[in-house]
Amino acid sequence: MDFPIFHLDFFGDRLMIAVIAILHVLINHGLAVGLVPIVLCMEIKGLKDPTWDRLAYKILTVAFIITTTVGALTGVGIWFSSSLINPYSIGSLIRVFYGAWFVEWTVFVTEVILIMIYYLTWKKKHKTEAHQLVGKSYHVLTGYALAIFSWVTMAIIVAILGFMMDPGNWNNDRTFLSGFTNPIYVPQLTFRTFLALTTGGAVALCLTMFFTDKNSEIRKKSVRFLSKWIFAFIPFTLIAGFWYYLVIPEGMLKNMSVAVGTQQFQNYYEILRQVLMYSLGGVLLIVGFAFLYPRFTPPKWAFFIPVLLMFGLLGYFERVREFIRKPYVIGGYMYSNTFRVEDYPLLQRDGILKHSAFVSTKEVTAHNQYEAGKNVFLIACSRCHTTGGVNSLVEKFDNMYGNTGKPWGASAMKAYISNMHLSRYYMPPFPGNEKELDALIVYLKGIQFNSAPAEGVQNTGLELGTAKDQSLTSNP
Amino acid sequence: MNILANIFSACLLLVQQTPVPKDLPLPLPLPEELLVVLLVVSFLVHILFVNLMFGGALLTLFFEALGYVKKNEDYDKLSLEIAKTTTVNKSMAVVMGVAPLLTINTLYTLYFYTANALTGLMWIMIIPLVIVAFLLLYAHKYTYEALRHNKPLHLAILALAVGLFLFIPLIFLTNINLMIQPDKWLMVKGFVSALGLPNVWPRYFHFIMASLGVTGLFLFWWFSRRAYDFEGTFNTLKLYDLKKRFYSITFGASVAQFLIGPIVLLTLPEKGLSWHMILVIVTGASISIPALVYIWKEINGEPAKIGRRFPWIATCLSFTVIFMGYGRHLYRATSLETHQKLVKQKTEEYRLAVEEARKEALSPQKDTTQVAVLSPGQVVYENNCKACHALDQTLVGPSFKEAAAIYKNDKASLMAWIKKPGKKREGAAMPAQTQLNEKELGDVADWILTLK
Repeated sequence: MDFPIFHLDFFGDRLMIAVIAILHVLINHGLAVGLVPIVLCMEIKGLKDPTWDRLAYKILTVAFIITTTVGALTGVGIWFSSSLINPYSIGSLIRVFYGAWFVEWTVFVTEVILIMIYYLTWKKKHKTEAHQLVGKSYHVLTGYALAIFSWVTMAIIVAILGFMMDPGNWNNDRTFLSGFTNPIYVPQLTFRTFLALTTGGAVALCLTMFFTDKNSEIRKKSVRFLSKWIFAFIPFTLIAGFWYYLVIPEGMLKNMSVAVGTQQFQNYYEILRQVLMYSLGGVLLIVGFAFLYPRFTPPKWAFFIPVLLMFGLLGYFERVREFIRKPYVIGGYMYSNTFRVEDYPLLQRDGILKHSAFVSTKEVTAHNQYEAGKNVFLIACSRCHTTGGVNSLVEKFDNMYGNTGKPWGASAMKAYISNMHLSRYYMPPFPGNEKELDALIVYLKGIQFNSAPAEGVQNTGLELGTAKDQSLTSNP
Repeated sequence: MNILANIFSACLLLVQQTPVPKDLPLPLPLPEELLVVLLVVSFLVHILFVNLMFGGALLTLFFEALGYVKKNEDYDKLSLEIAKTTTVNKSMAVVMGVAPLLTINTLYTLYFYTANALTGLMWIMIIPLVIVAFLLLYAHKYTYEALRHNKPLHLAILALAVGLFLFIPLIFLTNINLMIQPDKWLMVKGFVSALGLPNVWPRYFHFIMASLGVTGLFLFWWFSRRAYDFEGTFNTLKLYDLKKRFYSITFGASVAQFLIGPIVLLTLPEKGLSWHMILVIVTGASISIPALVYIWKEINGEPAKIGRRFPWIATCLSFTVIFMGYGRHLYRATSLETHQKLVKQKTEEYRLAVEEARKEALSPQKDTTQVAVLSPGQVVYENNCKACHALDQTLVGPSFKEAAAIYKNDKASLMAWIKKPGKKREGAAMPAQTQLNEKELGDVADWILTLK
């Protein structure tokens, strides 16, 4: 990677992207794609019964405030964080998908403008009764448009996500269209759609508990309506979930370098199935109760449970999606350490340090092994691992060698790292040459007992290995 | 000749102190000129809304505080009316920011990302800081009634948001400055040290004045719209006084730019200066002069005629903004020209090196003989076991010589273990090798048992 390395050695860089991205997905699915259609239905009911209109407005207020603050900014935050941490991959993706993202952006701009019109003109007063009626019907039309545009935004993003994971496509056919023709596109989009609608229902139900009086007529009616909504979409979510579950292997297993991967994948996969069943089952239980006994109200906080269950399901689904693209960040083209597959012969021969512009050691020598090893760690491992924090290398090796408290064996580590991609299919092969591997091992053995965080350039600044150093080191 | 050689070696020294990384080996998605147009235009749209958001928040605070001090309800109402525009403009500012963000990513990938990484923690803090500022804006806007009798608290909420808005531009300006100065990359240690780059602060004040100027003009138009029921909303406030006030804000801010602008220009590192760029900037500045004259005339002219020249004024100032935006781009392009050439060269060299190494790796050499002697069992070993097992030492798992001794003459048990391992020792348990078929299992077991 030829960028200065930003690195968080405690939280891990992936966690930062994950927190921002998951937050964005939860808000997008639960408060935009899934919730807008519900608000719209309530507004239409409200044409006859104003209590529906008032409830719909209150629910939309929450959605409006959250989507235009946390929702919008975490969307931008995905760009910020992923380009900070994986500049090489995100930069490559932007160059290929510029057009697609531009289209996506115009749809997104429309969505933002529509939600502002929809929310901010809800209570607009017109001069006469007749004008008021016409105004309201236009308002309902805006609601339809908003619901459609929020869904289209999602539909385009799913194509980009699908493309990233589709093995071979990047190398053969760098067009956006192949994102749509990808075998997992339709199942994934269908699953996300129903998942969003169910989650939207759970969110609306929870908010309704706070916005309506316990004994009011509207409480009874809205709980009935929302439980029916959730009942209606749970079976579809389940079916679409299993459909997606069935097509993943077809699409993804081709991606895996060795068959051992299938086994690790199966575990994830099995959990996905269980998460799907249990979370939907849990939602069904609580919502079913509310449906049967709308007058009997458990404490309001209980209705956070379906929301949390749906959010958990959504989060786990994203986790599996992230897992199955490994060891690549762009299928078949770039490994998750952000080295291109194509670069490997050169780097494994000459070393990664020699071809990095921003390192303090351009070459490994007898005197700089520790520092060079740290640089190798930062360049080759730090996109996913930390030294002692999340996904820590010290912990990984300790576990592997039985937590004996004894120093790890250098030759064992060397044999392991040279071959790890054969048995740990999610690991890319080590990209550097042998000298660099030795240096990395010196560094890792150094931090085994004497942990010192490996800081990124945001703290340390840059220090370059000068040409003078190199001439000294190459003539010992 | 000697002088030339000296200059050349001085250049070389400069190059040595400046990192020259390689670019992404992918072509630009659109012709470069088109991307430049998209970048300049989309950035101006984005910054326009940012100006309105920032200037709006500032003026909301000002008028609400004025209302509180003067005990005049009308100023309070005025501040609410401005706050309503601010929360819309802030959403537009964010969504309009995505296009220039993607375009600068594409055109200046290396420079932009490097600057981001070098000030990384503060750069990513933009996201939570803006979220908090936006939530505070909503909290302020929706509590005018609820906090009517607790004005200091209500003002404090907004003041906090304005404080954040005052800070956040510094992060962007630092990055934008750092990205065009590769020779400064080695000197920077995090955001605070990058704040000291020569051009950051002058540009910061330039931005604040631009925000006030743009917002003044916008609010002039906003309150004089025909559809706006001014008399019905305000009791004592006169539209004419308000218009004069907004004009004055634009006038004052623009005059201030004539002082700040030259400072911005003088503090720019000289590398990026060119007569072309200076011509563009000076042209832009001079177009604003007739606009300022008209504003002055309208402020001091007949009350009934105020606003007549507004379209003219707005048009002139828009052209000023476009020229400034273009000049800004010219400066960046000139600054980076030499470095970009070096990067291009480096990228090409690297591409050739990659190709050459790939050919070398593919060419059938020494390895063929080795591959030929591998037994089927050994092939299975190489591809499945080697990461954890060596022949004569303990790696993650025991050595295969040890295994051979344990399973002496008991191929079936060895095969069973590989297929479904138990756990006998400390450390990580062995994963089941379900991917191996019976033949492969047999082959590898046979081979292990031959080891001594």
